[in-house]
Amino acid sequence: MSEPSKPQGRKFQLPEHLKVYKNVWVIVEQERGIVHSVSLELLGEARKLADKLGVEVGAVVLGAESPDLNRICGDAISYGADIVYKVTDPALADYRTDPYCRVMTDVVNAHKPEIVLLGATTLGRDLAGAIATTLATGLTADCTELDIYADNRSLAATRPTFGGTLLCTIQTLAYRPQMATVRPRVMAMPERDDARTGRVVEIRPDLREEDIVTKVLNFIADREQNEAQLAFADIIVSAGKGLGKVENMKLVFDLARVLGGEVGVTRPLVQAGWATNDRQVGQTGKTVRPKLYIAAGISGAIQHRVGMEKSDLILAINTDPNATIFDFAHLGLVGDALTILPALTDAFGRRLSVNRMAG
Amino acid sequence: MVEKFDAIVIGAGPSGNAATYTLAKQGLKVLQLERGEYPGAKNVQGGIMYAHELEKIIPDFRDDCPTERHIIEQRVWLLGDDSYVGTNYRSESFNSDKPNRYTIIRANIDKWWGEQIRKVGGLQICETTVTELIRDPSGKVIGVRTDREGGEIHANVVIMADGVNALLAKRAGLQAEAAPENVALAVKEILFIDPELIQQRFGIKEDEGVVIEIMGKVTKGMVGTAFLYTNKESLTIGIGCLISDFKNGDCPPYKMLEDLKNHPVIKPLIEGAEMKEYAAHMIPEGGYKAVPQLYGDGWMVVGDAAHFNNAAHREGSNLAMASGRMAAETVIELKAAGKGYTASNLAAYKKKLDDSFIMKDLKKYRELPGIMHGNKQFFGAYPDEITSAVHNWFTVDSVDKKTKEKQIMKSFIKRRSVMGLVGDAIKLVRAVR
Amino acid sequence: MHIVVCIKQVPDSAQIRIHPVTNTIMRQGVPAIINPFDLFSLEEALRLKDKVGARVTVLTMGPPMAETSLRKALSLGADDAVLLTDRKFAGSDTLATSYALTSAIQKLAEEEPVDIVFCGKQTVDGDTAQVGPGIATRLGFEQLTYITKIEDLDIASKEIVVQRRSEGGVQVLKTTLPCMITMLEGTNTIRFGKMDDLFRAARYELKTWSRDFTGAEEGRVGLKGSPTVVSKVFVPKPRAEKAKMIEAASDTPDAMAAAAIDAIFAAQPKLSDDLLARAAAGL
Repeated sequence: MSEPSKPQGRKFQLPEHLKVYKNVWVIVEQERGIVHSVSLELLGEARKLADKLGVEVGAVVLGAESPDLNRICGDAISYGADIVYKVTDPALADYRTDPYCRVMTDVVNAHKPEIVLLGATTLGRDLAGAIATTLATGLTADCTELDIYADNRSLAATRPTFGGTLLCTIQTLAYRPQMATVRPRVMAMPERDDARTGRVVEIRPDLREEDIVTKVLNFIADREQNEAQLAFADIIVSAGKGLGKVENMKLVFDLARVLGGEVGVTRPLVQAGWATNDRQVGQTGKTVRPKLYIAAGISGAIQHRVGMEKSDLILAINTDPNATIFDFAHLGLVGDALTILPALTDAFGRRLSVNRMAG
Repeated sequence: MVEKFDAIVIGAGPSGNAATYTLAKQGLKVLQLERGEYPGAKNVQGGIMYAHELEKIIPDFRDDCPTERHIIEQRVWLLGDDSYVGTNYRSESFNSDKPNRYTIIRANIDKWWGEQIRKVGGLQICETTVTELIRDPSGKVIGVRTDREGGEIHANVVIMADGVNALLAKRAGLQAEAAPENVALAVKEILFIDPELIQQRFGIKEDEGVVIEIMGKVTKGMVGTAFLYTNKESLTIGIGCLISDFKNGDCPPYKMLEDLKNHPVIKPLIEGAEMKEYAAHMIPEGGYKAVPQLYGDGWMVVGDAAHFNNAAHREGSNLAMASGRMAAETVIELKAAGKGYTASNLAAYKKKLDDSFIMKDLKKYRELPGIMHGNKQFFGAYPDEITSAVHNWFTVDSVDKKTKEKQIMKSFIKRRSVMGLVGDAIKLVRAVR
Repeated sequence: MHIVVCIKQVPDSAQIRIHPVTNTIMRQGVPAIINPFDLFSLEEALRLKDKVGARVTVLTMGPPMAETSLRKALSLGADDAVLLTDRKFAGSDTLATSYALTSAIQKLAEEEPVDIVFCGKQTVDGDTAQVGPGIATRLGFEQLTYITKIEDLDIASKEIVVQRRSEGGVQVLKTTLPCMITMLEGTNTIRFGKMDDLFRAARYELKTWSRDFTGAEEGRVGLKGSPTVVSKVFVPKPRAEKAKMIEAASDTPDAMAAAAIDAIFAAQPKLSDDLLARAAAGL
């Protein structure tokens, strides 16, 4: 929050032709009828920004015409949108960069929002860069904080840099729209209010499938695959060199199974061949933000840390009380993972199955 | 197709760089192989650079060489438990346009060397480890094998500059394992601190530097020394002891360093310094008697790999550069004369070393390592006695001076006995003669 | 087939520190490396080279010292390297950067048309993941990001089939070259160069291109060409607390496990409900 007396950002006069850009938009990400929660989080954020600016919140929903899509438009309003731009075409059924980008840039040019927000998901980041380049405007990625600077009524987007060592605040002063992407779970989920009302604008871009070069051959849902899906896991049990031998990985898998979670590893374990690299968490592996991250036998080196430190709750188990991981974990247990992991598996198993039987 | 060079130099430290540069400058086809990601990545030094030797190789190195401060003051301190007795030497004449010594950060210098080597046409390849020497049926070294596919490379002569561990020479049976009493383990930290504070605390101006060599109780009775150097924006503090002493003692190196940093006379000097970079390295300490075979058919050893370190004077990197240069000059002379690189021809390298300060100094101090090792009183009893004596002497109280003298003498004699004192004096003389 | 791989030299972020007095980034002495994400893309390009005999050109926009990263890429097997360097590029944000790189790629295409541009998913110092899509958009290349696998590449028909990481699963996409690809991290392991590639890299005469040479307009690069401006840089407030160490009734693993579970649920009550719900659902 800003104190009115403190100067923020540069004073800047927006060029006349850009003053017509109004409203804060969120591109609502949906695939196969399911809305990504980050879009709803962003609607909450957009509401705050729009209130500061005294403008409206717009939500853009793209896809093929379907009851799911209509429901999503209703959801968008319940979560804070004043206007929903419902853009439908069979060619938009699955995400592809080209049709989505073309359609979005047309809609933006037609309705001129001053701010456009997207979730920093694979879809959002793929689309945002393409749109921003087409519109030749500014885009700030992976923001951890969004605000409006009173001095110039411009978006102030704060993001980490240099692996999180520093934060920087970025503005797009002389271009519109100002674009930003935000990672899932960074912003709070707003309260749903079904009493809210809004208007839906139907847009039919009339695309020609034969003009679109990229085709979707198939979609393989994760459950069908053997690969680990760490990036989206809510619970991760992770192992480091402290585990000693590859045979001990079983203990990690057992605990993960009982918790319904995924197994992660540090880079040395991938290099040693104890696990495949789809399980690697860290700077050159996956970045994860689970609700619970159990780090067993992990020292906490920075290359691993940057991949998991934003987890909601980190429990670290290590025999060394001075291990770096205890500097940033939430809970710490000094002990031998080889005995504690099976004990946890046991204890969780009992606690959770009791209720299963009761339920 | 196997590549062939006039010479292959293994290692991009001071000795390897000196050899490679000298060879390349003379137009010889030389390849330098370094296992670290970049030159100096695996190297650690205190460190002090001796300009005289570098000038011989690159006369105008001062144009762009990233040195820290040029040294205008040398302090030598003997630390007691909470005191020190020391001498300082400072001179304005060190503020010449060609200062004699500089404090440096090793990796920066090795990187700079890399650029110089490229400028004179030398080929430097990093991230490549030489795994073994290749010999022909007669045993002559004809090249090296590396850890990369297709990594066999030939040369007329291989110069091993691979540092104190001298792995290649040992693997090839050209050198024995060093005894633990002939190698020291030194640890150091670089502490970042406001240059203004450095200048204030040490009484120097920008670019001027002070170095402090330390001995005494801080090595807990083990054979070793410590140091504190001023860099541009940081201080380097370090301490090292013989590996044999660490093995038998009960104070590990990092603890010794922590205690040094907390020593009452050291702590105020490093107060407020925050960032740390920690490094450890081994140092050859065996002196003349530990110098291995230096050359053979198709090979030579230089620098730390040749055990060239003058511990008494803390001189290692100048011996490294000089020996690297001499090895290169030997190759250059042999090539010009069209002679082969046989052991008997490469003996010219040894002759250059013998004729120079390198062997002369090592010879002079050949007894020192042995004497220090067997006489721990120099690291325990004497620092105690000397600092107490000076403390007594400088304390002005009602004790008359003659009595003070007697007290001091009594204390020394009690600690070491008259025979002991005489013996110690003789040993010291023998050590440095 | 001609493949261009865009790489960036970055400070090794694991070793970055903040100067205790000036609060700025201490770059001195921090080794510069190839952006780790670029290596996955570079490796994929080299695998295509092995498979179909493509020619790989590595391109970077950076200061003169970026040369070392280009040589590293050459030592891994890239055929050619171009250093795009010019004072005027300083201060470029991602829009200006993709513009500058595109001008160089177009210049490269004059010699031999470019079939695929590989970019790193994102950089460890910028993290924006915007330059790849920016280049694809400007060149009109099909944009394929977060690719986990190149299933098939048919040179004759110029068709490529890839797997793309998406929410909840993998999209299998088919498209026609030319295209821009960013690889997801962890999809491969960068190779260990062969000795003769090391030699070639050390001896290679680097192509150094300026803004003028590629025809990039001055007003569209550097600070002038950057819509985004950095308003301030600051050190994040460090997390106030270290880990709360769990105390157990006794030293036994069971006691410690019980104490740990209690602590977990105390810290995150919702987690307890979550886990129970999952267990009930038989997950």
